[in-house]
Amino acid sequence: MSEFIIKNGFVFDPLQGIKGDRMDVAVKDGKIVEPGTLKSPKTIDAAGMTVMAGGVDIHSHVVGPKVNVGRLFRPEDKLFKSPHKSPTCSRMEMGFSVPSTFKTGYDYARMGYVFVNEAAMPPLHSPHVHEEIRDTPIIDNAAMPVFGNNWFTLEYLKNNEIENNAAYTAWLLRATRGFGIKVVNPGGSEAWGWGLNCVNIHDPVPYFDITPAEIVKGLIETNEFLGLPHSVHLHANNLGNPGNYVDTLESLKLAEGYTAKNDFGREQVMHMTHLQFHSYGGDSWGNFESRAKDVMDYVNAHDNLTIDMGQVTLDETTTMTADGPFEHHLCSLNHLKWANVDVELETAAGVVPYIYSPKVKVCTIQWAVGLELALFSKDLMRTFITTDHPNAGPFTRYPRVITWLMSRAARDATMKTFKWLDKTIDATSIDGIDRELSLYEIAQMTRAGPAKALGVSNTYGGLAPGMDADIAVYALNPENMPSDPVEIEKAFGRCAWLVKDGVVTVRDGEVVAEPAKRTIWVDVKVPENAQVQRDIYEHFLKHYSVKLDNYSLFEEHLHNPRVIEVNTTE
Amino acid sequence: MKTVTLTLTNPPRLMLEGQNITPDNFAGKKAAEIAALDVWEGKQKSPLGKYFTVAGDGGATAEETKIVLRGDCTRVKRIGQQMTAGEIVIEGNADMYIGGWMKGGKIHVKGNVDSFCGIGMEGGELIVDGNAGHHLGASPRGEWRGMQGGVIRVAGSVGNDTATFINGGTIVIGGDADIHISTHGEGGTVIVKGNAKGRVGGQMVKGDIYVYGTIENPLPGFQRVGEVEQEVDGETATFTHYIGDLGERHPVSKGKTVYANLYTRI
Repeated sequence: MSEFIIKNGFVFDPLQGIKGDRMDVAVKDGKIVEPGTLKSPKTIDAAGMTVMAGGVDIHSHVVGPKVNVGRLFRPEDKLFKSPHKSPTCSRMEMGFSVPSTFKTGYDYARMGYVFVNEAAMPPLHSPHVHEEIRDTPIIDNAAMPVFGNNWFTLEYLKNNEIENNAAYTAWLLRATRGFGIKVVNPGGSEAWGWGLNCVNIHDPVPYFDITPAEIVKGLIETNEFLGLPHSVHLHANNLGNPGNYVDTLESLKLAEGYTAKNDFGREQVMHMTHLQFHSYGGDSWGNFESRAKDVMDYVNAHDNLTIDMGQVTLDETTTMTADGPFEHHLCSLNHLKWANVDVELETAAGVVPYIYSPKVKVCTIQWAVGLELALFSKDLMRTFITTDHPNAGPFTRYPRVITWLMSRAARDATMKTFKWLDKTIDATSIDGIDRELSLYEIAQMTRAGPAKALGVSNTYGGLAPGMDADIAVYALNPENMPSDPVEIEKAFGRCAWLVKDGVVTVRDGEVVAEPAKRTIWVDVKVPENAQVQRDIYEHFLKHYSVKLDNYSLFEEHLHNPRVIEVNTTE
Repeated sequence: MKTVTLTLTNPPRLMLEGQNITPDNFAGKKAAEIAALDVWEGKQKSPLGKYFTVAGDGGATAEETKIVLRGDCTRVKRIGQQMTAGEIVIEGNADMYIGGWMKGGKIHVKGNVDSFCGIGMEGGELIVDGNAGHHLGASPRGEWRGMQGGVIRVAGSVGNDTATFINGGTIVIGGDADIHISTHGEGGTVIVKGNAKGRVGGQMVKGDIYVYGTIENPLPGFQRVGEVEQEVDGETATFTHYIGDLGERHPVSKGKTVYANLYTRI
């Protein structure tokens, strides 16, 4: 079926401004084409259904060492929760909050997603990341190396050497086949090596004597100097603590005065990730409250920012982050098991299981905070659905998050299960919000917006001719939406059709084909920089536990690459 | 109550995964239907009837169903796993995971069982006339929510790692216990009527352990606080009372710190 046409569906494509028009989408040789150009196409009947581009996830932890630590140290996450092999899939599936690579690929496909951006790649362990990317079927993956606690970065930015930092960044992106600049708790994860943290953005990093604010500004300048497809992708300081919205606003303000410089259609200079974890008021768990309004007022007024939700789904899940000190803090709160890792000159990581219970006030307030962020947003092309998988909940709950956003009744039904409903309502604005998002807005939040923010909207996130033929069809009729919100969740959980690269991949919610998946990475050409070459050589000689020759990814680790080229020498 | 008798007439070459042998699965089924239930020998799925002859029908509900296993079931695992009601009698030995994740009902094993029996148990009764292996009444691997309730009685001795992460329920061991009892325990009671080897109550936060015999290598995290007379399992005796594990965090309830208790009989 190299030529076919998806007929009569209600098409939602925010990149082209198509808002539910009844249209045909034509596919030839893996690309979307003008419907008139096909000679004798086969037909997929999408009458009465919703047609969108394949989903794009901007922030999810799906591959790499900390994900695998989560898999290894949570065997109970698989016990009695793993389906046996589906007759239509080639591999076994297992796990709930940290699913196996195979289940990850299949479940994303079942939800109609085709592109997932791994949110944190420790550079030293990039071979492991790429091996798991290869083992994750169907979905295209990119992975962002972490820079915010990297010794090279800290040294260059301390001396305000943006050009040198840019040359190093380009080298590391190539060495790890990485996608963009991820920053996790800037300075704080390095301070964790001293048993410390950077508690706010002006708290200097031990030894390096640079503040998180300086790191973030330096990385924004580096990013725009290089003109990368994606912006700086920031996990801000002081995650998860009461009163941290003050630090969040200060972090957001670091982007003031910068404009995006790139050839990829990206407009933001900072993507602030899992904002839910950063929008808290109060000064203790007792008077913990939502400050989503304050944070979103700022985001709404500043076009050079994008955010994703990090929505709490009220499940038992596994937290994992390069924010090492945070995981230690979390472990001392819930007394569950804790894994901690130091990655030499680069980063740290921690893993702790967590139960977001509807019986716990803090958890239900967190739930409200995430939804408020989206519901207060004035521009859903800059506000994206994530659960910071698996930190606030598994990605398999996206359909439920969509349902909460689309239906006040669904939110009310969930709130009825809260033990501390009155206190949750007092500490948040959720009960006063009647807004229900439309399918068009959901398409903005789950494909068009993330694709644009990642700088890949020429390929992913839309249905214009020439783009990859990644198309999801959901059994939802926008003219006759189901009265029971559970039906919305069902439709988004198991798409009626998913076409990936022009191949019918999912049909009636079951994976029926496993087309070749890709690794997307960014190759930046920079002028020769002898100083940076020497710095790299010397650091490896003196400080790394591996030799420089063994550090860069070997070609055999890289699976089916799609290179995005950036040339700064012209 | 209706009785289904399974007789092992064609023993498996590998271990047999028998998680379908429960009153819950047998209830409402005729003998022929029971013989058609799945069991796994390695990765090969086969009907139960390939190995066992089945006599008698199941009762209307699990509660009204009794299962009797005859023949040498030393290589049959997971009998009574996740059962909620009814009764199972195993006439001889059985393999691992007997009564695992059991919620109710009763299992009586007249011989020995292997490891992981009664793990993740929430309720019901597991009685073993012989010895049990390791991880008796422990939490499943990785799980921090161990035994929640129910009773396990082993007349003989047990292996190591008994009652790891125990949260509730009672385990009574007639003979000796190897190392690690109630590690990470947060509730429940373990009674060892023989001797214990060592590492008794390591990292224990809450709960009780009784040892009638000696502890070969007691842990330094337990502190002697006095002597008490108590009734345990129907008989009254005097015990030396220790609290611990002092190296571990301990919750505070009504202004008082809660410790785990270790009693050794005088």
